[in-house]
Amino acid sequence: MEEFSLYVLDIVMNSVRAGAENIDVTLDDRAGLLTFTVKDDGCGMTKDQLERLTDPFFTTRKTRGVGLGVPFLKMLAEQTGGDVDVSSVAVSDSPESHGTTLVATFHSDHIDFIPMGDIKDTFVTLIQGNPGVNFTFVHIKDGGEVRLSCRELRSVLGDDVPLSNAEVLAWIRGYLAEAYDEIK
Amino acid sequence: MKSIEELMAIKEKMQNKVSLRNSAGDDVRVVVGMATCGIAAGARPVLNAFVEGVSEAGLSDRVMVTQTGCIGICQYEPVVEIYEKDKEKVTYVKMNADKAKEVIERHLKGGKPIAEYTIGAATK
Repeated sequence: MEEFSLYVLDIVMNSVRAGAENIDVTLDDRAGLLTFTVKDDGCGMTKDQLERLTDPFFTTRKTRGVGLGVPFLKMLAEQTGGDVDVSSVAVSDSPESHGTTLVATFHSDHIDFIPMGDIKDTFVTLIQGNPGVNFTFVHIKDGGEVRLSCRELRSVLGDDVPLSNAEVLAWIRGYLAEAYDEIK
Repeated sequence: MKSIEELMAIKEKMQNKVSLRNSAGDDVRVVVGMATCGIAAGARPVLNAFVEGVSEAGLSDRVMVTQTGCIGICQYEPVVEIYEKDKEKVTYVKMNADKAKEVIERHLKGGKPIAEYTIGAATK
């Protein structure tokens, strides 16, 4: 993948497929160090699944025999001198409190780091496909912070207008564009 | 600056529309594969082209654009499947945003699938 924003999309989709209702995505991108954190309350992973997470030939899906998302992310992190750390509690081990937290670090000033790409597009794509999920996006940069909470948007829109509505998505896209312009 | 008032105006407008019809956009489903394979191959701009294009074409009432995981034909990504009531599923492969616009115009609006973009043409 040529843009970091595509890695974000890919990794967050794992949380969606884990059935998470609340997903917090944080990008802390300051002073040449980028920390990407995804915290979800999905079904989590067993100890065995967690141990094999970075094995590209391990996947829980049936359509194909490879799972490349996390291995790709780990490779990118390591080639910039960073790393990926994943902790998880499986629903089978803790029905009340389960989920996964992924923390990936990158030296964003490293020559092998890739462009951020269109992160706004990634956020909008996630909301479009999963309007019922409570995403919270926070992107901290040297110039300030961009924040978007789907729960807050839903409190304004109510139950009748989904976040996947094209006009709502256009509003979100515009809001993010303005927020990013402000912290340039 | 985008304001909450604008969002509330969208809400009111949509509520009026909702009261006119009970079910939205379920005659046709446009499904875009958004697993690692699809994303790496360029599915995100394809999805966004469908979301924006369907809205601009005024088709939101009968066309729903959704995402799915790996469809199982990674070598043909980005893959888009179109399901229509009482019709055979059409699978478009190696899509991009321009092809998506064409599919909206010729298939979703015009009713004629574009054979040369389908998996049948790609595997010949």
